[in-house]
Amino acid sequence: MNPAPPPFPEDRLERKLADAKPLYAPAEAVVEANRCLYCHDAPCVAACPTGIDVPTFIRRIGTDNVRGAAKTILSANVLGFSCARVCPVEVLCAGACVYNAWHRDPPIAIGRLQRYATEDLVRSGRAASLLSRAPANGKRVACVGAGPASLACAAYLALEGFGVTIYEKRPFAGGLNTSGVAPYKMPADDALAEVAFVRSLGVEIRTGVAVAPGPTSESLLREFDAVFLAPGLGADSSLGVPGEDGPGVIGAVEWIERMKTGAEAFVAGVQRAVVVGGGNTAIDAARELAGLGVPSVSMLYRRTTAEMSGYAHEMEHARLEGVVLVERAVPERFERNGKGELTGVQLKNGDMVRCDLAVVAIGQARIAELAKAFPGVKLDARGSLVADAKTGATGHPRVFAGGDAMHGGELVVTAVQDGKRAARGICAALKIGIRNDSPLRAGHE
Amino acid sequence: MADLTIDFAGIKAPNPFWLASAPPTNTGDQVMRAFDAGWGGAVWKTLGDPIVDTSSRFGAISVGNERMVGFNNIELITDRPLEVNLREIRECKKRYPKHALIVSLMVESKEDWRDIIRRVEDTGADGIELNFGCPHGMCERGMGSAVGQEPDVLKVVAGWAVEFSKLPVLVKLTPNVGDITDPGVAAVEAGVHGLSLINTIKSLTGVDLDRMVPHPVVGSRSTNGGYCGPAVKPIALHMVAALASDPRVTVPISGIGGISNWRDAAEFIALGSTSVQVCTAVMHYGFRIVGDMIEGLSDFLDEKGMKSVNELRGKALEAFTDWGNLDLNYKVAANVDPGKCIGCDLCLVACRDSSVNCIHTDGHPLPAGHRAPTREAAIARAKETGIKVTWVDWDECTGCNLCSHVCPVPGCITMVDDTRGKPFESWNDRLTKGTANVPGGLHD
Repeated sequence: MNPAPPPFPEDRLERKLADAKPLYAPAEAVVEANRCLYCHDAPCVAACPTGIDVPTFIRRIGTDNVRGAAKTILSANVLGFSCARVCPVEVLCAGACVYNAWHRDPPIAIGRLQRYATEDLVRSGRAASLLSRAPANGKRVACVGAGPASLACAAYLALEGFGVTIYEKRPFAGGLNTSGVAPYKMPADDALAEVAFVRSLGVEIRTGVAVAPGPTSESLLREFDAVFLAPGLGADSSLGVPGEDGPGVIGAVEWIERMKTGAEAFVAGVQRAVVVGGGNTAIDAARELAGLGVPSVSMLYRRTTAEMSGYAHEMEHARLEGVVLVERAVPERFERNGKGELTGVQLKNGDMVRCDLAVVAIGQARIAELAKAFPGVKLDARGSLVADAKTGATGHPRVFAGGDAMHGGELVVTAVQDGKRAARGICAALKIGIRNDSPLRAGHE
Repeated sequence: MADLTIDFAGIKAPNPFWLASAPPTNTGDQVMRAFDAGWGGAVWKTLGDPIVDTSSRFGAISVGNERMVGFNNIELITDRPLEVNLREIRECKKRYPKHALIVSLMVESKEDWRDIIRRVEDTGADGIELNFGCPHGMCERGMGSAVGQEPDVLKVVAGWAVEFSKLPVLVKLTPNVGDITDPGVAAVEAGVHGLSLINTIKSLTGVDLDRMVPHPVVGSRSTNGGYCGPAVKPIALHMVAALASDPRVTVPISGIGGISNWRDAAEFIALGSTSVQVCTAVMHYGFRIVGDMIEGLSDFLDEKGMKSVNELRGKALEAFTDWGNLDLNYKVAANVDPGKCIGCDLCLVACRDSSVNCIHTDGHPLPAGHRAPTREAAIARAKETGIKVTWVDWDECTGCNLCSHVCPVPGCITMVDDTRGKPFESWNDRLTKGTANVPGGLHD
C-alpha cells in the first residue's frame, strides 16, 4: 500500500531545505555497518530510550539482510523510521558508541543506518509484513491525539489484536513529526508515510475530530475498553510584552507548521529575523530561517550559551549556517513603525535589535481541558498529565497517558517509549497476554 | 642501508622482491615498468602453447571493509604468440641486465620441453621456472598441478628440464598435496636448482545466489580456480618452513603466497626463503608497492643490526618445531589496559562463549586467592567514565589469547608471562619420563 499523497502544496517552503543527512546508497551503508564492532551488551542499546538492539540491526545491514534489520528496529521502536531522522543521536546512541572513547574514528552513524534499513520498507508500504500480528482479541482502544506517542501505542496494540481508533483534532496525523520537525531532518511527506504504515497495521485514524469534555469523552469511555491520552502541547507561549500582538511576531511552533505545511510563513522580503529562545525549537527555527535565505538571523536568549536547553551540536550547526546568538537578551517590547510594521526588539539592557520578523520560541502551553473530561485523571502543578512512568496508568483505571502532555516538550523517541509502555499497561489492565514473539517484548521495559 | 642483493642458485638480483608468474608479468612493457618501480626480478607469465581465456576469470572475497583478502583466478598461461614473448624477454633482459628475469614454462612432451628451453636460453633470460602448480584448466590437459601432484611424474619432467637447460631450473610447486615435502624432495632429487612455492590453492570463491552460479561467473557456468592473496599466507608460510627445515632440501626457495608488504616478505625470508614472489598485492595496488617493501625491509635489517638480507634467511626456522617439543609449563595471562579499553566487551563475550569465562567487568566478585592485577584500576576507570572496562582473573585465564585477537584496540590486551619459575617441560619430555597420560593431571 502506498502512502496517500501529502495534502500539502508542492511549493511549500520546507521543500527549499535540503536533506542534511541523505539516504545512504547500499554500498555506503554496508561500509558504515562494517565499521561497527558488534559490542557485547552495547552502550548504544542502553542509550536508546526504546532499547533498539543496535548492533544486531547494523550487523544485518552488513550482511545485506535489510529486512531483518528493519524488523529488529521496528519491533523495539515501531516509529524507528522517523526516530532515525529526528533523534539527537549525538546525545543518545551515537553519543554512547565506544568509538567515542577511542578517539580514533567517529562514532557509527547509527541514525543514518537506521534510516537506510527502514526508509524503503516504510515508504513502499511493505513494513507491516515484517511484524507478527495476533488475531483480533475483541478489545477496543481509543487514542486521543495522532502524534508519535499515540501512533506508537496504537501500532503496538493493533499488532496485539486490539481494535484501535486514533482521534486527532487537526486535519492531518503525525503530530509534530508532520508539522514540527526540521525539514532538513525529515519532510512532512515522510512523517505521513509513517502514519500510513501505522494505518497499514490496522489502526483507524480519524482526523478533524476533537475530543472534549462532555459527550465526546463520555462516549469514548463507553465505547472503548481503554483510552490513551496523548494530546501533546498547546499553542505557543507568548512573552507578554508590549507590541507582541500584530504582524511580524509569531510563535515558533505555528511558524514552523506554516513553513512545513504550506500556509503563509511571512518570509518573503525579510531582511532581519530574530528568534527568541534558547531551546531546540528556537535553534530549529533559526536554522530554517537561515536556510530559507533570510540574510540576518539572530537568536535572543535570556541567559548564556552554557545554560541553553538546545543541544550544543545543533547550536554549532546554526552558527556555521550564519546564525548569531545574542546572550542575556531579554525582550522588553516590540517596536513598530507608523504603519504597524515590526521594526525591532527593545531589550531590557537598553539594546535595540532591528528586525522585520520575530519568531517566539519560549515553550508551549499545556492542554488542561482534556484531563478534566476523564474522572480521576490528574494534572501536576505545571499542568502536565500525571501517569505512571512504567505503564502510563492514570487515576482512572481505563485511561492511560503519555507523550508531551505528560512530559512537556520531549523527544519523539521518548513519546514512542511512552506509547509502548502504555500499550503494555493496557494489555495488563485488560488482561490480554502479550505473545512470546510480540514486538511489544522487544527493547527496554 | 643493509645489502638487499641476493644470489638465487646463481641468479643475481638487486633485491629479493620478484614478481610472480602471473598477469602482471604478461608483457615486456609491464615487466620493464615493474623494474623501473624497483622490483628486483620477475618470473615471466608462463609460456607454452597459447591459450584462450574466459570472461570473466577472477573471483575475490572481501571481509568486512577489506577488499580482496582472498583472490581466485581461472586464467590460463600466456595467450600471446611464443615469438612475441621471446622477443620481449630478449629486449627486457638487454635493457635490464642486472635484474633477475626468469621464464615460467609449461609444455607437454619431452620434445616440446627441449625446444622451448632452447629458445628461452637464446633470449638471455637468467633461469626457467617449471609451472607444476596451476590447479585450474591446464591440469585438465595433463600439465600444471597434474604434474606437481605426482612426485614420480614431476621427477621425470623436471629431469628433462635439468638435462636440457644450461640455465638454473626452478620448480613451482602446487600446495594441492597432502605433504609438500613429497613433490619438493622429488624435484630436488631430479636435480633442480631452486623451488618456488606456493602456487595457488584449488578453490571456489563463492556463489552468485541469484543466478545460482559459482564465482567467477562465465556465462551460465563456473569452474574451480586457484586461490591466493593475503588469506593464503599462513598456508604458504607453513609449506615454505616445512621444506626449508627438511635436510633433504638443499636448494634455495622462492617464497610465494599472500605477500603484500615488507613484513610479509621478512617472515618468508625468516622461514628460509631466498627470494619472494608477489602477485595479488600488485594486482590490487600496482607495481608501486615495492617502494615500501624495499625501504621497510632495509630499515628492519638495519634496526636488527643485520648487514645483509642473507643474514635474515632462516632465522625463525630453529624455533619452528613439533607440538611435542613445546614447553607445557610456559604460561601467559591476558592483561587488559584499563586506560585503553573502550568497553566494547568483545573480549568478555569471546572468553565467555568460546573459552574459560575469566574476563569480567565492574564489581564481578573475585574468588579468594585469585589474582586480577588490573581489577581495581578497571573498576576505578569504569566508575569515572561509565566505560565498561574489562579485567581478567589470572587464576582462571589459560593464556589462550583469543581475547587479544578479538580486541579492536591495538595494544590494549597483552599477554603477560605468568610462568612463575616453572621449568621447561615438553610433551616429549613427559613421554620420556612416562608422565604423559594426562598433561597437568593425575600423573603429573
